[in-house]
Amino acid sequence: MRKLIIFIALLLSLSITFAANEIMIGVTQPLTGNYAMGGQLGLRGIEMAYEEVPSVLGRPIKLVILDNKSDKIEAANVVTRLIEQFKVSAIIGTYSSALGIPGAEIANKNKVVYIAPSNTNPLVTKDKPFVFRVCFIDPFQGTVMAKFAVQHLKAKTAAVIYDVSNDYSVGLAYYFRDAFVKLTGDPKSVKVYIAYQGGDQDFTSQLTAVKKANPDVIFVPAGIVGDAALIAKQARELGLKQPLLGGDTWDLPQLIEIGGSAVEGAYYSTMFDVKAELSDKTKPFVEKYRKKYNEDPGYLPALAYDAYMVLIDAIKRAGSDNPEMIRRALLTTDFIGVSGRIRFDQNRDAIKDAVIKTIKNGKFEFVTVIKGE
Amino acid sequence: MDWSLFLQHMVNAISLGFVFGLVAVGYALVYGVVKLVNFAHGDVFMMAAYFMFYTSLIFGAPWLSAVILGIVLTSLLGVGIEKVAYKPLRKYPRINSLVSSIGMSFLLQNFAVVVFGGIQRSFPVPEPMKKTIVLGEVRIQAVSIYTIIFSIIVVLILTFILQKTKTGLAMRILSRDFDTARLMGINVNRTISFTFALGSGLAAVSAVFWALRYPQIFPFMGQYPGSRAFIAAVVGGIGSLKGALIGGFVLGLLTVLIPAMFPEYSGYREAFIFLLLVLVLIFKPNGLFGQEVGEKA
Repeated sequence: MRKLIIFIALLLSLSITFAANEIMIGVTQPLTGNYAMGGQLGLRGIEMAYEEVPSVLGRPIKLVILDNKSDKIEAANVVTRLIEQFKVSAIIGTYSSALGIPGAEIANKNKVVYIAPSNTNPLVTKDKPFVFRVCFIDPFQGTVMAKFAVQHLKAKTAAVIYDVSNDYSVGLAYYFRDAFVKLTGDPKSVKVYIAYQGGDQDFTSQLTAVKKANPDVIFVPAGIVGDAALIAKQARELGLKQPLLGGDTWDLPQLIEIGGSAVEGAYYSTMFDVKAELSDKTKPFVEKYRKKYNEDPGYLPALAYDAYMVLIDAIKRAGSDNPEMIRRALLTTDFIGVSGRIRFDQNRDAIKDAVIKTIKNGKFEFVTVIKGE
Repeated sequence: MDWSLFLQHMVNAISLGFVFGLVAVGYALVYGVVKLVNFAHGDVFMMAAYFMFYTSLIFGAPWLSAVILGIVLTSLLGVGIEKVAYKPLRKYPRINSLVSSIGMSFLLQNFAVVVFGGIQRSFPVPEPMKKTIVLGEVRIQAVSIYTIIFSIIVVLILTFILQKTKTGLAMRILSRDFDTARLMGINVNRTISFTFALGSGLAAVSAVFWALRYPQIFPFMGQYPGSRAFIAAVVGGIGSLKGALIGGFVLGLLTVLIPAMFPEYSGYREAFIFLLLVLVLIFKPNGLFGQEVGEKA
């Protein structure tokens, strides 16, 4: 009996030393609830990356994956658990900025590195030295679409219709106008700058004003894809023929399902496309993903994959799993990911290229890549 | 503002106003008879859209039969809700039923999220409804014209039911006093069930016109038209059918004209609309067409 106890004790101590040798990385995603679709796609990317690189610094990596249930409070709880119970050195964050903001806050307070794969809201990283993101931010998209409108569509005038109750929409609208005015050099080039409020279904009043002004392009950074589809429909019914422009919220099949022929020829910015050769790693990634899941990867798995790889790169360069060391290594990141080259600006937001897509014959189609600053 | 622009805004306002009005009529009917501010009306409206969506999708039913089936199912749902959520509370102060209707609203929304999923779906629109009529520079959707014609027909039919039929008479008596109605030999339960069936059927009819115009359905789609219906009914004089239609019309006018006249304040339209509600409540507490009815204890 005594021998057995000693044996068990030995075994336990062994497993503890073994566990201590592991590098603990936390992952949080909405795997159930409203945003489950986004969470599941992100997780695919992380699991693919983990299969490729399951160890670093000669030590195995242990992934701890916790579901935040699409709930803001749960998103905070889950990060606390990762830190206190699992003692992770770093966390790869969740789909949805609304879920990302509370989680990032807690990680930063506890001085644990947090990388957001796809959250574009500026508040996610703002004043949080331990929080990084591998995607671009909302203001950048507004600027990109202005650039695209002026350079590719040769637009001289524009109209903006945005959702005043949605931070994302307000931000995109503001930066679009700012960039558009600068690029055209004409302070009156944004002829209409008009708001609606989330929940509205009727946009005919705003669109009638746009029709009167007759701009070259109409920028509609709707926070909800269905709003964009309805605006497109009502614009066409009022006889507006100008190209419509949007942001990454448009990158969902509902746009075409609801918008039908009205969204034909519209352009929007997003973060990834299988046809955009963002780096020489894009193609192998796409092929591997297709083989594994029998479909094309969207931006969610691609960016989650990159988030993991950027973290491993930083741990390697830091030579340690100490969060402060990882953080310092991250600051000097210059990494080629599947979604393009990743460097961080002073706010720890990635400087990335934007992918422009259009809708042609009822299908999403890749147009071009617009360089980041 | 030039002439064609003004006309286009007016067309937008009138067609939107009648959609709001149509939703408000069902709301006002239930209030008028049962004296219940039914906060779940918008969510019954949402359920109706899903009923039609699924009947036409799953059974491949032709559009019109899907609509009729949707109206029937929604009427049954309305009667069921009354039996479960309002009837047991009838002998208690009215605030209890009001709270119950708010609960029912949340229940239906969350039920829809669980069963139908949270994402937006596209509502099938038949070809003739997709047409746009062009008059010079002014454009009118075919759906809007149907909505206007139908709203007026609905109000006429309802007025006929209320004024000329026995059930209508029972409903009118019921609206005065339940106990007296019972003493006069009116089957209160059956009349209330009929009222809810009619009110929910109207919610379904308005959902058809709404979804034809805004072919996007999702579990929270009832909130906006629901709150519009409430404001329209209050402005028009809650309980008055004609008032509800006119209240909806006023609301449509404001919804369109505020962004048209003050583009820089277009995002704060709701504030203006609630201001109107407050003003009406201050100066004409019974609404524009409301009757002076003493509040029951």
